[in-house]
Amino acid sequence: MSKRRSFDLRSQPGFTFVALLTFFMLYLPIAALVVYAFNAGSSMAIWEGVSLRWFYSAASNERVQEAAMRSALIAVCAALIATVAATMAAIATTRTKPYPGLTFKYAFINQPLMVPEIVTAVALLIVFSRIKVWTGYSGLGYLIAAHAAFCIPFAYLPIRARLESMDLTLERAAADLYATPWKAFRHVTLPLLRPGIIAGFMLAFVISLDDVVITEFVKSGGQDTLPTYMLGQLRRATSPEVNAIATVFLLFSVVLVTAFFFINRRKA
Amino acid sequence: MPDQPGRNAIEVRDVSKIFGSGDARFAALDRVSVAIRENEFFTLLGPSGCGKTTLLRLIAGFDFPSEGEIFLYGEDIAPLPPYRRPVNTVFQSYALFPHMTVAQNIGFGLEMLGKPKNEIKARVELMLKLVRMEALANRRTSQISGGQQQRVALARALAPQPKVLLLDEPLSALDYKLRKEMQIELKRLQNETGITFIFVTHDQEEALTMSDRIAVMSAGKILQIGSPRDIYDRPAERFVADFIGESNFLPATMVSKQDDHATVRLTSGAEISASLPQNASPAGDVTVVVRPEHAQFAAAANGAPLAGTIENVVYLGTDTHFHLKLDTGEPFIVRRQNARGHADHREAGSRVGILIPADAAQVLRD
Repeated sequence: MSKRRSFDLRSQPGFTFVALLTFFMLYLPIAALVVYAFNAGSSMAIWEGVSLRWFYSAASNERVQEAAMRSALIAVCAALIATVAATMAAIATTRTKPYPGLTFKYAFINQPLMVPEIVTAVALLIVFSRIKVWTGYSGLGYLIAAHAAFCIPFAYLPIRARLESMDLTLERAAADLYATPWKAFRHVTLPLLRPGIIAGFMLAFVISLDDVVITEFVKSGGQDTLPTYMLGQLRRATSPEVNAIATVFLLFSVVLVTAFFFINRRKA
Repeated sequence: MPDQPGRNAIEVRDVSKIFGSGDARFAALDRVSVAIRENEFFTLLGPSGCGKTTLLRLIAGFDFPSEGEIFLYGEDIAPLPPYRRPVNTVFQSYALFPHMTVAQNIGFGLEMLGKPKNEIKARVELMLKLVRMEALANRRTSQISGGQQQRVALARALAPQPKVLLLDEPLSALDYKLRKEMQIELKRLQNETGITFIFVTHDQEEALTMSDRIAVMSAGKILQIGSPRDIYDRPAERFVADFIGESNFLPATMVSKQDDHATVRLTSGAEISASLPQNASPAGDVTVVVRPEHAQFAAAANGAPLAGTIENVVYLGTDTHFHLKLDTGEPFIVRRQNARGHADHREAGSRVGILIPADAAQVLRD
């Protein structure tokens, strides 16, 4: 044979097996969780037929409702704050000439990705407990602030990627056509940045929604979010109600990701 | 019009632009001065890196001069940001806004100026008609061809009726035929709008066909400013003669001067008449430039001012190039237009004499 064959990973022995095993290990537990959410019985091990019983049960549980509302409220507020901060940070770090210390700034913005979450959690617990004593305020503000802080890098990355791939001549053209810096931002940069901002917001929202560690440390009494509520439930007795909640969670994130995928594709 | 000294639209005075510092210090523009007249089609011509685009960016306001002043109708605009200058740019990459339609792109400048809606609408329609794009007004800019994008970029820059239009190699992305069409189109637009055009290009042919005047630039300096005919027939420096068209360079010695003419002695010993460059008085050993099509064959080699042997004959359709080696050793090219039935039968190896007509030779400044 004169045809030269290049190295192809897919033709190596065992490739298919390893790939299938990986997918299996990744998705089997999730599949099991979803299947047992529809179990008619109250055990997580014995299958007793199909039922929506646990979905009704979860939906009518007041504590689940409260936790879900609280989670949504925190996630929306935190994602909004994080997206605005991340957009400003992304503009400040891309629309500038490189200078010494810029890399340090990237690291600073992305700090929550590098510092172990538990460290941040303990630190916030200490600081917030002091502030609680001084101010007497113990509302959701602490959770929102904490979530916003660790969501910033997740919102920052897609926005910065979008800004970096943007043609700088467009902003120059806007300035040439009498747009002041603010108008150029408002009419040219921002509309072109929108897919990045939406991606950043969604990412921040999802990250906030499923946080456990920081929430568990920072929350005051009666401030359970959906994930900490679920954790609390599992500590006592396992109930398929938790499976039902997790299934809804899963459906929600799949819908979100799919929606974002289509929004992004239509823009491009 | 080229030869009526009108008002100056743009006046650049002793402008320098320095990038970097210390050892990396580099002067993109080195004390450049130029006055561009109202309603003129003015071209900045030069190889890449000569500073032509830097000068355009300084006029547009995307960058600021390190030294010197830039006047727009007498007002110093050098410190103003781009959005405060009544000057618009056609970008090399067009830089059309991808999230807007063709019409929205064209109306952008007027909208930023806060013009009333109905005025913007009327002006956009006028511009669409001017560049013949009426049918595509509501298309996205990604849905039109490169040539059409070029027209939209032009219309967008012309819509706010700038005092000066800057064009940064706008035709370089188009294919040959479209480029030819757009050259004529640009000239038509300039005539119809009466706006001063400052055009940047590295393409000498483009510069010669469209410009009222050309400034030839090299290494951050303007070497010569003049009409296309001036630049081509009377190149003042070796770089200009070399960059634009083909040239024969002959070493010579000054014999005598009278007004703008001189008699020079070539190395062959023959004395010929040559034009003198402006603002310079060369003396002693000089270089004389002769365009290949301005030289003629003599009837015989003996007695002609220059004589040599043909080394190569290149047939180019419209004309033929004869590559010679002169008896004095220099290479020399003679270009003859081909006429039907009058084919030139001089062949490689034959000895020929060359005549330099009275107006064909030019003494260089350097």
